[in-house]
Amino acid sequence: MSQPSSELMIEARAVEKWYPNGFQALRGASLTVRRGEVVVIMGPSGSGKSTFIRTFNALEDFQKGSITVDGIVLSNDLRNIDAVRREVGMVFQQFNLFPHLSVLDNLTLAPVLVRKRPKAEVEKQAWALLERVGIAEQAGKYPGQLSGGQQQRVAIARALCMEPRILLFDEPTSSLDPEMVREVLEVMQNLAADDITMVVVTHEVKFARHVAHRVVLMADGEVVEEAEPEVFFTNPSHQRTRRFLDQIL
Amino acid sequence: MKRLLRRLRAELFATRTDAVLSVVLISLISLAAFGVLRWAFTQAQWAVIRVNSTLFAVGRYPVEQQWRVWLLTALLVAASGATWGLLRAHPRPDRTGVLWPRNDRIAATLLVVLGLWRPWAMGLTVSIQARWWGLVALLLLVRWLAGRFGRRFGPTGLRLVALMWPVLYLVGMVLISGGLGLVTVSPSEWGGLMLTLLASSFAILLCFPIGVLLALGRRSDLPLLRWGSVLYIEFIRGAPLITLLFLGQNILGFLLPGGLAPERVWRAAWVLTFFAAAYLAEAVRSGLAAVPQGQLEAARSLGLSHPKALQHVVLPQALRVALPAMVGQFISLLQDTTLLSLIGLLELLGTARTVMANPAFLGRNGEVYLTLAVLFWGCCAALGLGSRALERRLDPHAVPTAT
Ligand SMILES: Nc1ncnc2c1ncn2[C@@H]1O[C@H](COP(=O)(O)OP(=O)(O)O)[C@@H](O)[C@H]1O
Ligand SMILES: [Mg+2]
Repeated sequence: MSQPSSELMIEARAVEKWYPNGFQALRGASLTVRRGEVVVIMGPSGSGKSTFIRTFNALEDFQKGSITVDGIVLSNDLRNIDAVRREVGMVFQQFNLFPHLSVLDNLTLAPVLVRKRPKAEVEKQAWALLERVGIAEQAGKYPGQLSGGQQQRVAIARALCMEPRILLFDEPTSSLDPEMVREVLEVMQNLAADDITMVVVTHEVKFARHVAHRVVLMADGEVVEEAEPEVFFTNPSHQRTRRFLDQIL
Repeated sequence: MKRLLRRLRAELFATRTDAVLSVVLISLISLAAFGVLRWAFTQAQWAVIRVNSTLFAVGRYPVEQQWRVWLLTALLVAASGATWGLLRAHPRPDRTGVLWPRNDRIAATLLVVLGLWRPWAMGLTVSIQARWWGLVALLLLVRWLAGRFGRRFGPTGLRLVALMWPVLYLVGMVLISGGLGLVTVSPSEWGGLMLTLLASSFAILLCFPIGVLLALGRRSDLPLLRWGSVLYIEFIRGAPLITLLFLGQNILGFLLPGGLAPERVWRAAWVLTFFAAAYLAEAVRSGLAAVPQGQLEAARSLGLSHPKALQHVVLPQALRVALPAMVGQFISLLQDTTLLSLIGLLELLGTARTVMANPAFLGRNGEVYLTLAVLFWGCCAALGLGSRALERRLDPHAVPTAT
């Protein structure tokens, strides 16, 4: 496991967010993530985990607090969005691959359109990435023709193809059949060994224990507990965490 | 043969109810078909069609300029052949392409038979018969060439298709209306099938972008744009086309000073366009609604701007979903062009009515209307076939063919 540097990649301070219907999903959530760090976020359903990490790449706006991502200040009115999104990749629970494009084109679309890189060069990189996640032989197929686990690996490769400095994962294995969870976790574990910064919302305890540098518990729109995996799972300091762990372990 | 029998048996006579239903339906259909055919071959007098074939085709387009229409037809035929061949030469990346699949062989045979037999059966002059044969030969030749050598150009070949048709449309407009050194033929001299196809293709081509913009406008965050689109769509959909056509003829002439108001044919074509756009917008809207929110989010999270995400991710999927509904709109648009006859334009139906009003052809309504029906059916069938082929090509869930 590589050791994170001291450089801050994500710095979220007392973030508060109200959805348009008036519901407050974040109530002063704070988190800092250093370069190369792998942070796992756990917490009961509805506690605001998705909302929180989606503010990091400006898929959601927020009303109070501040977020700085890779030195870019995310202001409340969503300026700097494009700059941030180029640096932050995201992997969704539902994969969200583009069904009308072949696997290869799913990977090359954004680098060609956004980074304006030559198509041939991007394709070479895409092949290498598909190789790395173990599905190079599926490059010509369409997402609908792949299994869930394969789709999620393509989604990871797609995010990587933009060469982001930060990868966000929102429950990447939650909609997979059990036998496919492992292949995706393995890919993620491989990534964690690299320099890339990862924030992972997941309920996979094994992954959190062995891969994460830090585990965070969210409840009711706040970050309740923040600890190294060993401490988090064996000796958490908050009652809330203990109750949560009792439910999932 | 045995296989055919077995299949018939499985599909039509599997159970007793199936068998009874099949027998009843088959007898009804054969009775009707037999009746029509007997009438067509024994009683009908097709002279009315033979004598007026040019009128039905191009209306009163000046005889000495008709070579331009022939030339355009040849260009269209060649373009169709090229498109057909190029699509076969460039199958989807997940499929192995067969250059002449069975359906294509059937279509080619049918074309040859129809192209050889029809002009002869209609008793056209030899020189005109020869032109039709030439057209069929041209189609198949270009189809073969494009299929055989299309691969060499790589993906540029397919981009050629997308470029070829708009260019051809502009060339066609010039050929038909004149200009650039050609004698002008005023739209009042256009007619028959040519006018029908011209008005409907014009409306189809232009209503498409307008309809897509309206559909996007209806979902926009900007209230003014949203309400504007809603108002437009609901107003148009609430009014019968014929009133809009009359309105167009009167109001456009009144609003714009004399010289600026477009010619009657163009006025009608624009009204058709704006009419169809409202319906198309609704078809596109249903397609947009079918694309999950996650698609836009995934595109945005990859750094695509909103317009780029729409263009490359959301719209292609939405349009594919909306394709059958859109083609349905195009088909009704094609049929709606018959209303142009009510504002005095001589498209197919208008031409037919002038022909039937001629005392020489009294009582020949059956022949004329049957011909019209077959012509319209042919156009709609072509649209339908094309759209189904496109749907299959774009189907993201299709099972790949074995390699
Ligand atoms: N678009 C929305 N509008 C209103 N409320 C929402 C919306 N999205 C999520 N919420 C609410 O915000 C809370 C947090 O949601 P979410 O971040 O998805 O939780 P988690 O990912 O931890 O399950 C939930 O109570 C949810 O119902
Ligand atoms: Mg969630």
